[in-house]
Amino acid sequence: MSSKNNLLVNLENAGVYKSPKWLIRGVSLEVRRGQIVTLIGPNGSGKTTTAKMVLSILEPDEGSMKRYTDKIAYVPQKINIDWTMPLRVVDFMRLTNNLNDNEVSESLNQTGVEKLFKEQIHGLSGGEFQRVLLARAIAKKPELLVLDEPVQGVDFNGEIDLYNIIKNISANLNCGILLVSHDLHFVMSATDHVVCLNGHICCSGKPSTVIKDKAYIELFGEHRSKTLTYYQHDHDHTHNSDGSVSS
Amino acid sequence: MFDDFFTRALVTGIGIAIITGPLGCLVIWRRLSYFGDTLAHSALLGVTLAYAFSLNIAFSVFIISAVIALLLLNLQKRTRLAGDSLLGLLAHSTLAIGLVLMGFLSSIRFDIMGLLFGDILSVTVEDIALVWIGGSVILGILYFIWKSLFSATVNFDLASAEGMQPNIYNMIFTLLLAGVIALSIKMIGTLLITGLLIIPAAASRNITNNPKQMVFVAILIGILSVTIGLFTSLELNTSSGPSIIVIALILFIISLIPLELRGKLQK
Repeated sequence: MSSKNNLLVNLENAGVYKSPKWLIRGVSLEVRRGQIVTLIGPNGSGKTTTAKMVLSILEPDEGSMKRYTDKIAYVPQKINIDWTMPLRVVDFMRLTNNLNDNEVSESLNQTGVEKLFKEQIHGLSGGEFQRVLLARAIAKKPELLVLDEPVQGVDFNGEIDLYNIIKNISANLNCGILLVSHDLHFVMSATDHVVCLNGHICCSGKPSTVIKDKAYIELFGEHRSKTLTYYQHDHDHTHNSDGSVSS
Repeated sequence: MFDDFFTRALVTGIGIAIITGPLGCLVIWRRLSYFGDTLAHSALLGVTLAYAFSLNIAFSVFIISAVIALLLLNLQKRTRLAGDSLLGLLAHSTLAIGLVLMGFLSSIRFDIMGLLFGDILSVTVEDIALVWIGGSVILGILYFIWKSLFSATVNFDLASAEGMQPNIYNMIFTLLLAGVIALSIKMIGTLLITGLLIIPAAASRNITNNPKQMVFVAILIGILSVTIGLFTSLELNTSSGPSIIVIALILFIISLIPLELRGKLQK
């Protein structure tokens, strides 16, 4: 019974058709509270489309999507804010959420960018912007968090840093996370369930099962998939946003 | 001190500037300048129909603008032509239909110049009431839906995912825009109303750094344009509508100066 209560979203045999083809078909997956589910797959394999079905930005043309929460936060893959719109980080943080200054600072602090509070969005670097996007999502205290390539444009140290933050979110907020990622290292070391897409589900399951799956090895190449098996490790230290090791 | 008609014009103009400030900001944020223009062009058809069936002009213009907005949405689903092509199609065909219909109504004398450029000096007390009451309703609705509308303006997907229902609010916004055009068509005219929407908002963007500030400064610049424009037109005996827009342009040019200076200081 309790496991049923923890269910946040459930896709069943869902697909999206955009003339003249199916963007994705036959996807079944579920995200539960406290769980990190990742979608991996090549470009155009339907990862973002699947995420958008979960967020009800897109309606499935077949199959079904059932969601059991309205407390949702989203970090989209691409977001362009035109110069015509004057927008400070603090305004952006309040976009869909009523937050006071303290709450804004606190969330920015969690992703290491509290000093950007009053900066214009247009002046941020790619990495800084990703941190602000993540801070905005955390501030919503969501039950379901959907992250579409959340570390793009972030340097290597920053990536490890952000992935640690993401791991902490799922523990601290006890929320479910649906993550779209290219980073197989993180996917294999820190997520609970992997769904490998290529227009349909190639394989899915626990990371340790998926990396042995033929479909997975075929999709990502034998070399890459093998090196990853050595990579499962824990980080024994953390980094500040400037890359230095924090004590 | 002033002739009575002048005070009426001033009060009406300021009322319109207060509504066009926030809506103008949304129009330029959403890159809808040409959409506003299309609605304004179609207003001529609205005015013609109002004469033909003796309807209230503002009401008839509002209905036609709303129909045009719905038509646009429908066309976008049926063809893959770019948005600006569809807008051009709608703008000029409704303008043409309006003019053709006008030909059939030969018994009524149309003041074409008045329709194109407005006649703010001929506003009546009822017009003032219409602008201020209608304007309050529009601003009230806008205030109420601001958060949803604004988040949908920043990013549609984000707003949609986080439950802000952008589709509904985009539709309401379109109706509000049609409402503003309907209210101000008699005073500013079909050709100039987009100018009053866009120029104060654009000038405001140059000197502000957050959305709320931009909205308030846009209102201020609009009020300044109307006030200075009307006094100028009285002084120099120029047409009032165009004078207002020329003043708005001058304010826009002034708003560029601090930017230039800032650029030089940074170097």
